[in-house]
Amino acid sequence: MTLMLRNVTKKFGPNLAVDRLSLEIPESEMFGFLGGNGAGKTTTFRMILGLLDRTDGEISWNGEKINYDKSHLIGYLPEERGLYPKLKVRDQLVYLGKLRGMEKQDILTEIEYWLDRFKVPEYMNKRVEELSKGNQQKIQFISAVIHKPKLLILDEPFSGLDPINVEMLKEAVVDLKNQGTSIVFSSHRMEHVEELCEHLCILHKGKQVVQGSLRDIKRSFGKKNLIVHADMPLEFLQDITGVVRFKKISEGCELQIENEDVSQKVFSSLQNKGFVRKFDLEEPSLNDIFIEKVGAAYE
Amino acid sequence: MNKFWIILAHTYMTRLKTKSFYISTAIILLFIVGMANFQTIVDTFSGEDKNQIAVIDESGELFEALQANVSSTNDDIELVAVEESEENVKEDVQDDVYQALMVLEINEEQLPEATYYSNNITESSTLTVLEQQLQQVKVALATTAAGIDQETITDIYSPVTFQKIALDESAKTDEELSQARGIVYVMLFVLYIAVLMYGTMIATDVATEKSSRVMEILVSSASPVTHMFAKISGIALLGLTQIILFVVVGYSVIQAKQEELTGGIFEYFGLQDTSLSVYIYGVIFFLLGYLLYATLAAMLGSLVSRVEDVNQLITPMTLLVVAAFLLAMFGLNMPESTIVTVTSFIPFFTPMLMFLRVGMLDIAFWEVAISLGLLIGTIIILALIGARVYKGGVLMYGRSSSLKDMKKAIELTKKEK
Repeated sequence: MTLMLRNVTKKFGPNLAVDRLSLEIPESEMFGFLGGNGAGKTTTFRMILGLLDRTDGEISWNGEKINYDKSHLIGYLPEERGLYPKLKVRDQLVYLGKLRGMEKQDILTEIEYWLDRFKVPEYMNKRVEELSKGNQQKIQFISAVIHKPKLLILDEPFSGLDPINVEMLKEAVVDLKNQGTSIVFSSHRMEHVEELCEHLCILHKGKQVVQGSLRDIKRSFGKKNLIVHADMPLEFLQDITGVVRFKKISEGCELQIENEDVSQKVFSSLQNKGFVRKFDLEEPSLNDIFIEKVGAAYE
Repeated sequence: MNKFWIILAHTYMTRLKTKSFYISTAIILLFIVGMANFQTIVDTFSGEDKNQIAVIDESGELFEALQANVSSTNDDIELVAVEESEENVKEDVQDDVYQALMVLEINEEQLPEATYYSNNITESSTLTVLEQQLQQVKVALATTAAGIDQETITDIYSPVTFQKIALDESAKTDEELSQARGIVYVMLFVLYIAVLMYGTMIATDVATEKSSRVMEILVSSASPVTHMFAKISGIALLGLTQIILFVVVGYSVIQAKQEELTGGIFEYFGLQDTSLSVYIYGVIFFLLGYLLYATLAAMLGSLVSRVEDVNQLITPMTLLVVAAFLLAMFGLNMPESTIVTVTSFIPFFTPMLMFLRVGMLDIAFWEVAISLGLLIGTIIILALIGARVYKGGVLMYGRSSSLKDMKKAIELTKKEK
C-alpha cells in the first residue's frame, strides 16, 4: 500500500500553493511533513484525500486513485479540530464511524477500547462542548483511527496537548504504524518529526526544499554542531575558517561547522588555552536544517 | 449501509431529538386544535353576554318596529325599552349596566331620528347594525306615508337576479372556484411556511457543521454531493413527519367536530370536496418547490463560516419566497392577469403561481408541462452548481459572507490546466 505523489501542483488563481511535489510513502511508514505556516501542507493533504482537485500531477495509492470508495481505509485528523459540539461523544463517534463503513457494534467496542486507552472512559456520554480542548483532541484522534485505516493523515496531531497526552498519542500512532498503517503527518514541532519519522520532506511556499530519509538528510546536510564547554573566553573560535555560526551560552559556546574536519582545527586551537570540560560533536538537528533551508528560501 | 442513508438518518434523528422541534410542533398543533375549536371558543366568550342597549322611545311607536328588525338580523344585540329619565340611564351606561343608550324621536317631517350615547364609540359593528335597521324603519315609515304598499317595497328591495355562467365548458363553476381558492390558499401557506422553515433549517445545519469544522471530516468520508442531498432529504423527512402529524391531528379534530363545522370556515376553504387532480398537482408542486428552495438554501449555507451569517445570506432567498407568496395572494383574486401568467413560468415562482393557475383556471396541459420542465431543469442546474459551490464552500473559511464567495467557491474546485 504505497502512496505516490508525482509532480502534484495546485494553483489557487495565480497563486501557486503546491509546486510539483513528488514523494512516495511505503506501507508501515511514518512520513513527516514539515513547513511553516502557509507552506502548502494542508492543501497537499486535501488533495490526497480528494477534497481538492489538483491542478496537475498524479496521486495514487497502491496504483489506484483515491476516491470515496476507499474512504473506509483512510483516516484523517484535520488541522482545525471539528466535532459536533452538542453531540455526545458516543453518538459522535458512532456517526463518524458509520460513515467510514463500520457496524455500530464494532464501533462501540472500539470506542470503549480507545477511551480506556486514553484514560477517559467517563466521557462516553458527555457532550463534546463539555470537554477540555485537549480531551476534544483525543476524541478527534479516535474518530480518525477508529476504523483502523491503512492510510492515516494527521494534520498537526499534537498541537494543544500537554506532554503526557502527547506521549499517549505518540504511542498510539507508533502502534498503528507497527500494525501496518502508513502515516503522513505534519507538524512544525521538529522534535516530533525527528522522533517518529523515517522519511520526511520540508515544504516552503509549496516547494519541496528537502526530501528523503532522516539519516540521509542529516548526512547530506554536512554541517555539524560542536559544543564546547570551557572557562576561558571562546570568541576567538569564530575566526576559524569553517565555523559558520557562533553562539555564546552560559557554559561556553555552540558552534555550527561546515564539516567534521573543522572540528579538528577547533580542537587544536583550544589546546593550551585553558581547561575544556566538554567537547562534543553532534549531528545537526532537524531544527537547524529547517532554519537553514527555509531561511535560505526566504532570502 | 449506504452513506446517503447514514447522513439522512443522522440529520433526521438529531433534529428530531431537539427541544426546539418539540416546542414548535407543539405550538402548531395547539394552533390547529385552536382553529378547529374556533367557533366554540368564540361562543364561550360572547354567547351569554348580549349587548344590551337601553332605548328611550319618545315617539312611542318606533321601538317595536326597530326591535323586530334588529332581533331578526342580529343575535348579539338586545334592545331594552326603558321608561326612566335620560340622565338616569346615562349613569347606568357609565356603570356598565347597559352598553349604550339610544333615544328615538320623530321629527317634524314625521321621520325617525336617533341619538346614541355610549362610553366610547369604538364598537362600530353595533352602531352599524342599529343605523341600518333604523334606516329600514325610516324607509318603511316614509313609503307608507307616501301611499306605497308593503308588497311594492319588498319588490323594490329584493336582490336582483344575477347568475354567472362560464361559456367555456371545462371552466370551473363558481362553487368549484371558491373551493379551489380554498385549497390553493392552504397550499400556498403551507409551501411558504415549509420553505422558510425548512430552508432555514438546512442552511443553519450546513453552517453549523461548517463552523464546528466537522464538515472537513464529513466530506473526507462522503462526497459533498451525497452529503448535500442527504441533508436536504433528511430535513424533508423531518418536515414530512411534522406535516403528517399536523394532518392527522387536524383531520381527527375536524372529524370530531364535523357537525359543528359544516358550513363554517372549512367550507370557505373548500376542504370538503376538491377534485383529486388538484391534490396531486399540489403534492408535485410542493415537492418540487421544496427541492428548489432547499437546494438553494444548502448552497447558501455552505458559503458562510459562522451560523450568525446564515440569515444575512439567505435573505435573498427569503425575499424570493415572499415575492412569490405575495404574487400568489394577488393572483387568488385575479388568476388570469398577465403578471400571474408570466410569472408562473419563472421557476422560483412556479410552485406557487402555476399551482394557483392549475387550481383556479382551466390550463392546457402543455403549459403545466413547460413550467414543470423549466422547474425541474432549474433544480438540476441549481443542484449541479450547488454541488460545486458546496464542495468548495465547505472548505472555505473567511470573514466575508457575500455572494461573491460563490465564485470563489467554484474556482476552488476548478481544475486549471
